[in-house]
Amino acid sequence: MPPFSRGFHGRPRRPDVDPSRVPPGQYVVEDFPVLSAGPTPRADLATWSFSIQGAVDACVSWTREELNALPQETLTVDIHCVTKWTKLDTTWTGVSLDTLLEGVSTEAEYVSVWADGGYTTNLPLEDLSDGKAWIVHSFDGEPLERAHGGPARLLVPHLYFWKSAKWVRGLTLTVEDEPGFWEAAGYNNYGDPWREQRYWGD
Amino acid sequence: MAEIAPARAVRAPLIWRTATVVELVDETAHARTLVLDVPAWPGHVAGQHVDVRLTAEDGYVAERSYSIASAPEEARVALTVERIDDGEVSPYLAGDLVVGDQFEVRGPVGGHFTWRTTDGGPLLLVAGGAGLVPLMAMVRHRAAVGSHVDTRLLVSAREITAVLYREELERLGSARDGLSITYTLTRAVPERWDGFARRVDGPMLEAVGPAASSHPRAFVCGPTPFVEAVADALVELGHAASDVHTERFGPTGG
Repeated sequence: MPPFSRGFHGRPRRPDVDPSRVPPGQYVVEDFPVLSAGPTPRADLATWSFSIQGAVDACVSWTREELNALPQETLTVDIHCVTKWTKLDTTWTGVSLDTLLEGVSTEAEYVSVWADGGYTTNLPLEDLSDGKAWIVHSFDGEPLERAHGGPARLLVPHLYFWKSAKWVRGLTLTVEDEPGFWEAAGYNNYGDPWREQRYWGD
Repeated sequence: MAEIAPARAVRAPLIWRTATVVELVDETAHARTLVLDVPAWPGHVAGQHVDVRLTAEDGYVAERSYSIASAPEEARVALTVERIDDGEVSPYLAGDLVVGDQFEVRGPVGGHFTWRTTDGGPLLLVAGGAGLVPLMAMVRHRAAVGSHVDTRLLVSAREITAVLYREELERLGSARDGLSITYTLTRAVPERWDGFARRVDGPMLEAVGPAASSHPRAFVCGPTPFVEAVADALVELGHAASDVHTERFGPTGG
């Protein structure tokens, strides 16, 4: 039984927030906080590309124009940051990973996502499949701001938001699971917010 | 970010521990240090933070993260909390809490925004407001082990009375052990002020040093616009992006 915090009542419970949409230990914010481990990279859109490589029969790569020419999806999802904030009903536009992985032949079961600035994050390939992940370039109908990952970021809303790598440039499909930047630094390897998998051992 | 992660061997789950408040120190009109007794605290590295969990009598739970202000060498864990007026947790921690009260903590957390004297230097620490807290842990760690690593601390605050740990910084900065402290005040300056009086910019960072050519490890902490501006300025001055460690916070939910 945890100790009661004498005199702590918390904020009045918000009638407009459905508690079943807020994972354990999270609180709902209206703004959009920024978190990253280093300076915000400046991408050169002329040479920008998104690639899928690693344990694949053939590497594939798209320029910004090629990505824009693929079927675009607009979706509204809730996002959950490991630092405790949850933002409901965020609207993004981009390309489904199902579209990008179509025709990629692989034995790999894991993915190492890499991004400008040297950031990496890992997740099982199945977490990027079947309508669970997108490469997004717009937020609320506007081009994604640099601080929030522009020109493009991964969006995997069912996992803590550090898995949704900002400034994403590619996926390396791997046979072995390889912990990424935060995963090697004490954060949970999988990161399911509904099981509150924040840190190692959660 | 070619940073090597800390030893992977330590993968023990982080458990919630009951912390007891043993001392409260009002640092400024808006910030207070909570000195905690945490039984079986596993120790931390300067720069890390803890998760705090408060439980109301009706079972309602609120969690937040706070940077650790104390050096790893200190027996007690100190957090400094800035009160966000419309926040949910910080007005309680920095206002209602009294000595003897208890809440839960879990940690330490974070393996990137950390520094040990054995990591070497030189060191450039840039603090915006309460962003000084994790950097103070580094400065205290440095002093606790008698390190002489070349360390430049640049503290940005609205006014002089908003600077955290001011007396302790005066003392540490006059020890002639390689620590130099520079202040910049963005809203109001006292009479006969010889520090800076503007937002942190490239020329200020260049004046504070160390030069990019000496590859200092830079740690920048503060509100998001502050961190964005400082990190961009450092990269423009030629610092390698991988040498610039950032930690951002905002008044969100506080």
